[in-house]
Amino acid sequence: MSTTQTRQLEVKGQTPLLEVKGLKKHFPIHGGILGLKTGDVYAVDGVSFSINRGETLSLVGESGCGKSTVGKAVLRLYPITDGEVLLDGRRIDNLSAGELRPLRKRIQVVFQDPFSSLNPRQKLFDIIAEPIINFGLASGSALDDRVGDLLDKVRLPRDAMYRYPHEFSGGQRQRIAIARALAPGSDLIICDEAVSALDVSVKAQIVNLLSDLQDELGLTLLFISHDLAIVEHLTHRVAVMYLGKIVEVADRRTLFSTPHHPYTRALLSAVPVPDPTVKRNRIILHGDVPSPINPPSGCRFHTRCPFVFDRCKVDEPQLRDVGLGRISACHLDVVPDDVPTANRAIAVPA
Amino acid sequence: MSTTVLPTEAGFTPAPKLADVLPPRKERSAVGMFIHRHPTIAVGGFMVSLFVLMAVFAPLLWTVDPTALAPARRTRPPSAQYWFGSDMLGRDVYSRVIYGARISLIIGFSVAIISAVIGLAIGLVSGFIRAVDAVVMRIMDGLMSIPSILLAIALMALTRASVENVIFALVVADVPRVARLVRGVVLTLREQPYVEAAVAAGTRTPMIIWKHILPNTLAPVTVQATFFCASAMIAEATLSFIGAGTPPIIPSWGNIMAEGRALWQVKPYIVFFPAVFLSITVLSVNLLGDGMRDALDPRMAKRI
Amino acid sequence: MPPLLEVQNLQTHFGTIDGVVRAVEGVSFHINAGETLGVVGESGCGKSVTAMSILRLIQEPPGKIAGKILFQGRDLLELSEPEMQAIRGKDISMIFQEPMTSLNPVLTVGFQIGETVVLHEGVSAREAEQRAIEMLTLVGIPAPERRVREYPHQLSGGMRQRVMIAMALACSPQLLVADEPTTALDVTIQAQILELMRELKTRVGAAIMLITHDLGVVAEMAQRVIVMYAGRKVEEGTVEEIFLNPLHPYTRGLLGSMPKLGSSLTETGRSKLTEIQGQVPSLRKPIIGCPFASRCPQVTDVCRRIAPAIEEKAPNHTVACHYVERALAAA
Repeated sequence: MSTTQTRQLEVKGQTPLLEVKGLKKHFPIHGGILGLKTGDVYAVDGVSFSINRGETLSLVGESGCGKSTVGKAVLRLYPITDGEVLLDGRRIDNLSAGELRPLRKRIQVVFQDPFSSLNPRQKLFDIIAEPIINFGLASGSALDDRVGDLLDKVRLPRDAMYRYPHEFSGGQRQRIAIARALAPGSDLIICDEAVSALDVSVKAQIVNLLSDLQDELGLTLLFISHDLAIVEHLTHRVAVMYLGKIVEVADRRTLFSTPHHPYTRALLSAVPVPDPTVKRNRIILHGDVPSPINPPSGCRFHTRCPFVFDRCKVDEPQLRDVGLGRISACHLDVVPDDVPTANRAIAVPA
Repeated sequence: MSTTVLPTEAGFTPAPKLADVLPPRKERSAVGMFIHRHPTIAVGGFMVSLFVLMAVFAPLLWTVDPTALAPARRTRPPSAQYWFGSDMLGRDVYSRVIYGARISLIIGFSVAIISAVIGLAIGLVSGFIRAVDAVVMRIMDGLMSIPSILLAIALMALTRASVENVIFALVVADVPRVARLVRGVVLTLREQPYVEAAVAAGTRTPMIIWKHILPNTLAPVTVQATFFCASAMIAEATLSFIGAGTPPIIPSWGNIMAEGRALWQVKPYIVFFPAVFLSITVLSVNLLGDGMRDALDPRMAKRI
Repeated sequence: MPPLLEVQNLQTHFGTIDGVVRAVEGVSFHINAGETLGVVGESGCGKSVTAMSILRLIQEPPGKIAGKILFQGRDLLELSEPEMQAIRGKDISMIFQEPMTSLNPVLTVGFQIGETVVLHEGVSAREAEQRAIEMLTLVGIPAPERRVREYPHQLSGGMRQRVMIAMALACSPQLLVADEPTTALDVTIQAQILELMRELKTRVGAAIMLITHDLGVVAEMAQRVIVMYAGRKVEEGTVEEIFLNPLHPYTRGLLGSMPKLGSSLTETGRSKLTEIQGQVPSLRKPIIGCPFASRCPQVTDVCRRIAPAIEEKAPNHTVACHYVERALAAA
């Protein structure tokens, strides 16, 4: 099962399936009587990453970090403010709606809320068939077969196709949403907090399903989540976001065994562990997440970082390679003279 | 591995039996269930159906020609011959009231359906296309700022009295309200994840409106339409009462009341009966609308 | 010492159009003074309804509560509403999951905290504001004199939850019922709030009934745990016993289906999470036999016919399962 994965990932020099370069998405804020623009929400402010075919990249972060916005921007659910999005090396962010449409069959989405992501007035058959019909991929009895196959793949009974979403539970509805995402034969599926609204035991079912489908169909997944334990289970690589920027990217093992960026470390240490005998050595961050309307100067994390020093308030750190296949954006990664020795010692984890 | 010998039944400790906390529910038939759950729909719907049947089968309900004049027998009080009495031209008030139902119901339903359809179309387009929205909504606001009765009177003054023109005038007054309602619903629905998923699935905008937006607007529009039906019936009666509505030849509840107005203190029955019928019909339609609104409330829909 | 709270055979049923929903069906447990009891279960298991029943916040039609709830020896179900009001906020308080909807948006934060104090201790408005400032300091909100005049929408989610905790602790209650207090918060904020709750517990000395579906939170905060399923208690024990030696198949399934941080360090590839097949049975129909029978990997015919009683199977560890030994051996 996973040998296919490893083989695919080993192929070097292959164009990544999805590449995002310097993505920015700002939302204007209107205020006052005339409704003029008074400011911007810097939801995503310069994000770059790439995903190889057959791989899962997780985008993690807390609320307000912009991860969902990245997902929707990749889907072109709204126009982006700046940057490039490339699918198989070809830019898709500057295409017209008509040019983009045929490419949409390659990128699909599973949303968070199983109750509002399916039209309550459509039968399952119509829900799943919609993308197939849109792209003219099948019709008549071939269409029926295809819908039936998809239901089999997501482990739902075939006769479910004649029923309505409200007759199913949250977990089952997510399966329907996954079937819809697979319907046009997509390569890349964006899971936007796809399991966050589900109960613990149901999460396990859906995560296992996604994992199996990825192995079976060679899917590429962009998995957006705030739940690090789930991410660790499902992903190959992780990108950590904070307030509209990526602060660290590493592969699974590297990130979870030796988290590097101070935010990543705080995030991981904050996750409660279901083992009463383990004593957590928590890094408690103080204060609240700043508003994306008015992000802090310099490094965005400096207001809460336990290792902050002067340079952090002024200069924004760039993402750089720090070894072990990891990139991180922190001034502690370079060791110039103005980093206090105390911070220098703390900064480099074992 | 454990042994596969099952312990005897005696070895199992059953959990204590618990009493029922609530009294047992009454068994009801399907119809009974419906009435219990939605009493307002049941009552309202039943009454409205009754009136519709009454209007349709008017000739069979022991009526005489409502326009037949008999000046010799004018302004007789209710009796065995004239169940609701006779008016100042000797016409049978009972027959006029029964036939009058036709006008009120036709006008009520027509206004409701036509304004719903037109308002829906305008609201859907407005909700989706920003440029259209800005212009059209201002026009709708303008129309809504004039009280609907005055607007209807003004329009009637420009044309001659007829049923079609009354319907037209009332529709013009009601369309902005439906359009505004639909637009609001469309704006909310656009943000729903299933609409975003449809966009991501390559569905074109007209199809999105048709398959995803429209079906979810029908519920609120239908409820609104029932209220317009009720208000249209009252509006027609008002217009006829002041002489700006249906032509006097056609018996409508408003006309009957208008004609009986002068005699109302000495011969109250001419005004009384159409008034009672109008009130009950409007009440029934309102009950139906109220019941439907409660039944279609999204909170009820999540009763899984 | 008798327990602070003792719940005996609690039943809470709701009469709905589609049938009687048996949200809580015969749950018994106790909480000792000063201890934290974790109540764990997934959605629909009845844990929130249990909490609301203790505080008598259930709407009596269509709901109905039966059983005994002994708080300091008094049966709360026998009290009148005014007597209950004297207890709520003073002896027993509650914090809820959604800080935005649990705080009144049109009243200042200081007023809402002070309200409990005025109600239960009859102090003046000025004193109440002083108390509110003290509470805000206690829960770690900076610049409390300024914050006390602010409205909920001016505060972040984490801060609002702190305000809720301040409100709950204003009159030094003996029992704090916390219903999913950190579920709606980001994980770093959750860490702050849990830390705060731990500190305050030692300071105020209250017992806590911590309701959550997050087993990690329970492992950190609770001393004893009860596991609920389909309105019933299926297992109870100390937190070590429950996590290190789970006996009920549902508890084992739940622990197995939780992904744990650090899994990447022990396995080479991605492994599968244990799944619990099937779904929770409907609470509208009376359940015959064990409620977990439809999903249990060790189910037998006896399980489907006879509902197991809660019995002690290990020291300080009770389970409702006919085949505890068998389930253990099969693992």
